[in-house]
Amino acid sequence: MTIEKILDGKKMTLLLEGRLDTTTAPQLEADLKTDLNGVEELLMDFEKLEYLSSAGLRVLLSAQKTMNKQGKMVICHVNETIRDVFEVTGFSEILTIE
Amino acid sequence: MRELMLDATVENIMFVTEFVDEQLEQYGCSVKAQMQINIAIDELFGNIAHYAYQPEIGPVTVRVEVTKEPLAVIITFIDKGVPYDPLQTADPNIALSAEEREFGGLGIYMVKKSMDEVTYEYREGKNILTIKKKM
Repeated sequence: MTIEKILDGKKMTLLLEGRLDTTTAPQLEADLKTDLNGVEELLMDFEKLEYLSSAGLRVLLSAQKTMNKQGKMVICHVNETIRDVFEVTGFSEILTIE
Repeated sequence: MRELMLDATVENIMFVTEFVDEQLEQYGCSVKAQMQINIAIDELFGNIAHYAYQPEIGPVTVRVEVTKEPLAVIITFIDKGVPYDPLQTADPNIALSAEEREFGGLGIYMVKKSMDEVTYEYREGKNILTIKKKM
């Protein structure tokens, strides 16, 4: 998975490409741990993300909790496979998906 | 039927995925089913890598079979680690808020929901976990 970061003032956009799974989730987790400081708006663009597993959901939940305290988080360009994962796990109720 | 034997490590998940994908592509598996199978491999092989032999490393056999009418793939994960039936894990409460969420059982729950069949048996010292999915 590759992560591209665009920081614009207090808004951060993350472009994720590949697979967010057991192998790659720790990479995103480590990035978010340091990078969310001072961020009030987090946009995660999933246009090039193929799929995610529960390891990825765990990191998204943690990011959502952080952003609930300091601003907002939005996920966009979600494909059908990922949308199904969000539906089945109830994450579509927790996350903001555009 | 084809088999792959490798160590139960997180780093090896990608090799299992490649091994299975190669065969799915031969049979013209739908993209959606393939993604769901890839997720299931991540959950199930990932679980074995994390728990079966800890703190040691041990082997896993991954067996792939294809049935016709209906066209389906059967993937079996066999390890000799501690006996563990993931199907006994309680389903997570998916109605909880972000703050209340707990993570136990989410991965296996996704597998149960996306595969057509998931079975487990412990036989001759081996965990034998099988998933079946129509292609």
